[in-house]
Amino acid sequence: MASPIPAGVADVNKRILSENAMTTDTLALARHHLLAPAELGDGELQQALARLLDHAIDSGDLYFQSRRAESWSLEEGQVKSASHAIQQGVGVRAVSGEKTGFAYSDEIGLPALLEAASAARAISRHGSEGRLQIWRSNPQPAVYQTLDPLDTLSADAKIHLLEQVDNAARRQDPRVNQVMVSLTGARDTILVASSDGALAGDVRPLVRLNVTVIVEQNGRREQGSSGGGGRIGYGWFLDEDRALAYAREAVRLALVNLDAVPAPAGTMKVVLGPGWPGILLHEAVGHGLEGDFNRKGTSAFSGRLGERVASPLCTVVDDGTLPNRRGSLNMDDEGTPTQCTTLIERGVLKGYLQDKLNARLMNMAPTGNGRRESYAHLPLPRMTNTYLLAGEHEPAEIIASVERGLYAVNFGGGQVDITSGKFVFSTSEAYWIENGRVTRPVKGATLIGNGPEVLTQVSMVGNDLKLDAGVGTCGKDGQSVPVGVGQPTLKIEALTVGGTRS
Amino acid sequence: MPESITPTATLLPERKLLETLVADILAEARVQGATSAEAAVSCSSGLSVTVRLGQVETLEHHRQRGLGVTVYIGQSRGTASTADWRSQAIHDTVRSACAIARYTAADPYAGLADPERLARAVPDLDLYHLWPLVAEEAIVLARECEAAALTHDSRIRNSEGAGIATHTGLAIYGNSHGFCGGYATTRHSLSCSVIAQDDSGMQRNHWYSVARDPTELAAAAAVGQKAARRALRRLGSRRLETRQAPVLFAPELARGLIGHFIAAVRGGALYRKASFLLDRLGTAVFPAFVTIYERPHLPKALASAPFDGEGVATADRDLVSGGLLQGYVLDSYSGRRLGMQTTGNAGGVHNLIVEPGTLGQEALLRQLGTGLWVTALLGHGVNLVTGDYSRGASGFWVENGEVQYPVHEITIAGNLNDMFKNILAVGNDVDARGGIRCGSLLLEPMTVAGQ
Repeated sequence: MASPIPAGVADVNKRILSENAMTTDTLALARHHLLAPAELGDGELQQALARLLDHAIDSGDLYFQSRRAESWSLEEGQVKSASHAIQQGVGVRAVSGEKTGFAYSDEIGLPALLEAASAARAISRHGSEGRLQIWRSNPQPAVYQTLDPLDTLSADAKIHLLEQVDNAARRQDPRVNQVMVSLTGARDTILVASSDGALAGDVRPLVRLNVTVIVEQNGRREQGSSGGGGRIGYGWFLDEDRALAYAREAVRLALVNLDAVPAPAGTMKVVLGPGWPGILLHEAVGHGLEGDFNRKGTSAFSGRLGERVASPLCTVVDDGTLPNRRGSLNMDDEGTPTQCTTLIERGVLKGYLQDKLNARLMNMAPTGNGRRESYAHLPLPRMTNTYLLAGEHEPAEIIASVERGLYAVNFGGGQVDITSGKFVFSTSEAYWIENGRVTRPVKGATLIGNGPEVLTQVSMVGNDLKLDAGVGTCGKDGQSVPVGVGQPTLKIEALTVGGTRS
Repeated sequence: MPESITPTATLLPERKLLETLVADILAEARVQGATSAEAAVSCSSGLSVTVRLGQVETLEHHRQRGLGVTVYIGQSRGTASTADWRSQAIHDTVRSACAIARYTAADPYAGLADPERLARAVPDLDLYHLWPLVAEEAIVLARECEAAALTHDSRIRNSEGAGIATHTGLAIYGNSHGFCGGYATTRHSLSCSVIAQDDSGMQRNHWYSVARDPTELAAAAAVGQKAARRALRRLGSRRLETRQAPVLFAPELARGLIGHFIAAVRGGALYRKASFLLDRLGTAVFPAFVTIYERPHLPKALASAPFDGEGVATADRDLVSGGLLQGYVLDSYSGRRLGMQTTGNAGGVHNLIVEPGTLGQEALLRQLGTGLWVTALLGHGVNLVTGDYSRGASGFWVENGEVQYPVHEITIAGNLNDMFKNILAVGNDVDARGGIRCGSLLLEPMTVAGQ
């Protein structure tokens, strides 16, 4: 499996931040880009926050955003469609106890800002005790550059890249019937001004390239997809021929599935490959440890801090500071710097993922996980890059230890019911293990388990920690945000495999 | 509560203003060298309120605008969008679209819908019913809904809250064939999600009601009580041993199965050969008793539309009759790719209806006999290229037509080709809350994986 990882990130325990730490003043850039065209200065922002604080609220914030995005797509060897989108606006939030008032406008300007503030503050009565804290801004070492990915390649070069990927896929095998390639890029410029004193800006690049192929043999058709991306320029896809590797990987996956036999049905030993199969952690434990569900007591993990929820082999973290990663952020959408949060340490539940609201109500510290899809959405506690740290076993040793079971190395999506703890994730590349050896590929199947139990069933952890290639998008309450996952090879003693072969 | 009384739906701008914007965009496209163009302008506003454990949790005011344009320079196309309606933004957006069209490859199938297919009249489908509701009233209603759930049974111990949302929108579409049409719509909803708890653990469930006309929403208390009953009945869920068993899909899930059928007969999936239903026109996809039709002009219906996303007139049609596939789901582009005509489905299907059978839920459970009644599905394990289907499930184990106990942490698996052919009955218990209306579906045995 080709899964490119920027140098230094594989050794995630050390949390390497680039030595020549990027120190661009993102706040100044954000002011220039978002506020200056509307002739908004600190005085106007304070005026809007003062209007919020005129009512009995605990805190309020303004979230300015401008987004520029493009998408190019290829099918039948030609780039026939592409789009460009610009979006901007400001969201105004007032928080009082557990109550939140929210309004937004797609116009950035003082009248719209004040109107939104009046609507948002209606959550609470007139009569204020809230005070505007003095703004402080603590620049952090940047985990990505402030570039605009759209400008990092010419239009001709983008089209050429897509054509090369198409070519690489078709050259790989004559059974390749259809190739679809998409290239997307976006730059978000963010400015957060909060009554609690936070004032911060960020410029967030994000690119993604995806290849889907359909192969055909004797009337049987199968599909394979691969891709990657990160908070970086398009040139990254050209480095080390990453884009071409995605093409070859998509073809390889599709061809493997041409030979796949029906997947088994029942509860069995399952070995998960490294990287993207870490979607297990995202679904089984990550969502259940988000602060909102735990504050409300609706998560299967509620009230279990300090308890054993995994085998001692398992340490799980959420780390928003990995350089150039899809799930990384310099700061979250409330202006809190991101960090590496330990969720499970040697099997014991250690922490939750928090935004400001839930952290305050639970008397905990924010963890830099308050994220929102856009200015038109409220922040929620969300994951960044969630992964399980490396163990000691050689991957081959783990497979060899299984007499009969499933070896699952690629997945589609997953989902969880955080209250019952039941979660699923669906394989797109899996093999049957017989007497310690990987044998035939099996068709895609959904695996189902119970979040608070599944990690207690982890009996071996590989030394091959890998993060995914930068393809994840997480949905919650109708809001989508980019995320990352990762893990080493894992052996789970019992997990239910939803195939058709009893 | 709040001192200011805020109307839920801020009045929308005049329709004339949006029509002028569409005309301006098309004119600008012509000036910048486009040989043809299409544009859509929309705006919406709304209010949503959630109440949890009797207290207001969120009060959100929504207001959004959008503007999108696709230009054609010869057979090459480019698309751009913005939320900014000022003339400079229109100029820049058209320029972006034209810049793209100068790079994209000529596509012989690209272009506007054929002029003769464009809607000549825009019938009023009764889709606009403002809810004259202020925030305070919405809060009262949400509280009533949640309270009905919380007081329904002492085992309802926690809540994710009840919500009221009301939205109104106006969208205008126009193209350089001279078409310009649009209409206003409203959509209101009421929902509740609660948690039941006993010694066996916690189970969550929800219910909702949605309508174009607020007077057609279910009573708040009824929605709350139904959410409570649905959470309670999941308490004490067990696992099943792996087995083959017939499966009854509840209506809200049956709709999803029909959704997979639609996804497989969409033009985009067909011309890319990314469907398990290739070249099946005129053949039996379902048993002979299954009939599926599209009714785009039903008054007040959630998926009604007088014309589709490219101005093509929508019309009643049969998609499946006598179990035979009668047509695909096409827009102009995919139609041309397949050597066929658009079916007026740019943007999706408009009230797709699976003709109800005669049996209700009780009778279907009796017909199921011994098997699995699925009431919730988890995950996305559907492969539209092969039809392979494998999803997480929960529901009830049924013996001799009687519900025995709730089940969870199981999967159901099969192939959609077989599953469609193996439909034994369509229920009369239709769920009309979406663009696809279907009753319960009873299927021959599938593989159920568990312990």
